[in-house]
Amino acid sequence: MAQKRSKHLLPGFGLTLGVSMLYLTIIIVLPLLAMLLKLGGMGWEDFWRIVASNRSLAAYRITFTSALVATVFNGAFGLLLAWVLTRYSFPGKRMLDALVDLPFALPTAVAGLVLVTLFANTGWYGQFLEPNGFKVNYTQAGIIVAMTFTSIPFVVRTVQPVLEELQTDLEEVARTLGATRWQIFARVIWPTILPAFMAGCVLSFARSLGEFGAVVFIAGNLPGLTEIVSLLIFIRLDEYNYEGAAALAFVLLLAAFLTLLLTNALQAWQVRYAERSR
Amino acid sequence: MNKLLATAVAAIALGSAPAFAQPTDILNASYDIGRELFEAENAAFATSGATVTVNQSHAGSSTQARAILEGLPADVVTFNQVTDVQKLVEGGFVAADWATQFPSNASPFYSFPSFLVRAGNPKDINDWGDLARDGVQVIFPNPKTSGNGRYTYLAARAWAVEEYAGDEAQIEEFLTKLFNNVPVFETGGRAATTAFTERQLGDVLITFEAETLAVANQLGTDKYLPVTPSVSFLSEFPVAIVDKVVDNRGSRDLAKAYLDFLFTPAGQEVAAANFHRPNDETVAAAHADTFPEIRLVTAVEAFGGWDAISAEHFADGGLLDNVFLNQ
Repeated sequence: MAQKRSKHLLPGFGLTLGVSMLYLTIIIVLPLLAMLLKLGGMGWEDFWRIVASNRSLAAYRITFTSALVATVFNGAFGLLLAWVLTRYSFPGKRMLDALVDLPFALPTAVAGLVLVTLFANTGWYGQFLEPNGFKVNYTQAGIIVAMTFTSIPFVVRTVQPVLEELQTDLEEVARTLGATRWQIFARVIWPTILPAFMAGCVLSFARSLGEFGAVVFIAGNLPGLTEIVSLLIFIRLDEYNYEGAAALAFVLLLAAFLTLLLTNALQAWQVRYAERSR
Repeated sequence: MNKLLATAVAAIALGSAPAFAQPTDILNASYDIGRELFEAENAAFATSGATVTVNQSHAGSSTQARAILEGLPADVVTFNQVTDVQKLVEGGFVAADWATQFPSNASPFYSFPSFLVRAGNPKDINDWGDLARDGVQVIFPNPKTSGNGRYTYLAARAWAVEEYAGDEAQIEEFLTKLFNNVPVFETGGRAATTAFTERQLGDVLITFEAETLAVANQLGTDKYLPVTPSVSFLSEFPVAIVDKVVDNRGSRDLAKAYLDFLFTPAGQEVAAANFHRPNDETVAAAHADTFPEIRLVTAVEAFGGWDAISAEHFADGGLLDNVFLNQ
């Protein structure tokens, strides 16, 4: 007994695991289960009719393509931001660092209202964009802008710690061996941060899929054109159609789950790849 | 021992507190754009000698009904749709005879979908038919998420049924054109007003006459002009006591006193001053100048009642979905 205890730094593994599992169950597992139970009242045929209706299909298409584009933007600029924040020091760096988290702190509905005002034809951005034929408000571009805004911290905050941990000696060794800057990035830095980068992108994508507050203000909410899945869920609820709402929520959940699964597989592959090439 | 005693005393105190306390406040769950109206009504209610505080909660009335079904302890509801009260009846929260517990179908005042255009009416919009013209942009809230929007759909359809003598193909064509002229579907009535006034979106806003008159009055008739169509759809604002909640809290008398007040001349006067048409004939006569003449059709006359409307028009896959999906 005494020996067993000494193996662990923190005592009471049984108790701590128990409490953690209980908490996880109450906060995450049971609500998800309750949602699935709402589905229980409907047959397969009803479920299929709801999730595969033209309107739902259009909503998936709009939501998924927008989330994908938003994630690509966030991947590129999030990486750049993380790089600048870890590799350089400049005045206002702490300010910039704090600014990154702001989309998390801001209520998304407020973000949506602000974006609508900026991109309106009288707004700061819109007055230049709209005369040139680039309309953001009430188009899919607006959805993408809103999703990009609310999910950028994910990429920055997952890549940043890995970049900070990255030892510079490896890069120096590579340089002394005659590697070009590009080679150092591609062979030394990129493989190390790739898993974290992928994880950040997936989180950003999953968050974009479910974003509601910011998007409904800027999207225009036209069925088949700018109606996202979360709004369709909201609409089903307003029709007192709990089952229909749960069915659509299930599709979103499944998509997010599959995306996470895919990243896990990618990460496992990445680890094997890194070990082989060592 | 001392600790045990203290715990016991605390338990008794906590357990018995609600039994002694008589509620001095009630919660009124109301619709989106009723905020200003009920602030004024509550102030008037307070000066009429009532000692009860009325708390307000505002959201889409379907959202409110759902919240009550899931536990929002509202003592009274003041909705803008009969169907949402009906949902509370189905859930066992409101008595089935709620509509006969107060005068005028338990609707203290009424309104109807009406138009608000920009100064000078540049697009020459006078009636429902003008809204389906090419190049006219129409703003009204999403009928799927807003009672206000549903009334607009029903009013437009009621006009089309008369205009096209019941020819369903022509009616649907008109409605599809009308919906195609909507650049953005805001999720609530107030959001639609904001889009029209603040963001200068669209040529015409369709919302309750109460809102069109209030906006024109507040922002200036030199900027906005209310336009009354030839015919519209009677929008009742049903009120009801939430039996399950008042029985639980012991607040039935307070709730009834509050709703009764809305039907008194004082309450009707406040409604009229906030551009809701009063049912009290004396008050209505005194405000005749504010409210232009209009012919209103009712749910029963035009569509055979609210149950039929829910089933035929607003159910998933119903006639409204046809119009939406034809876009």
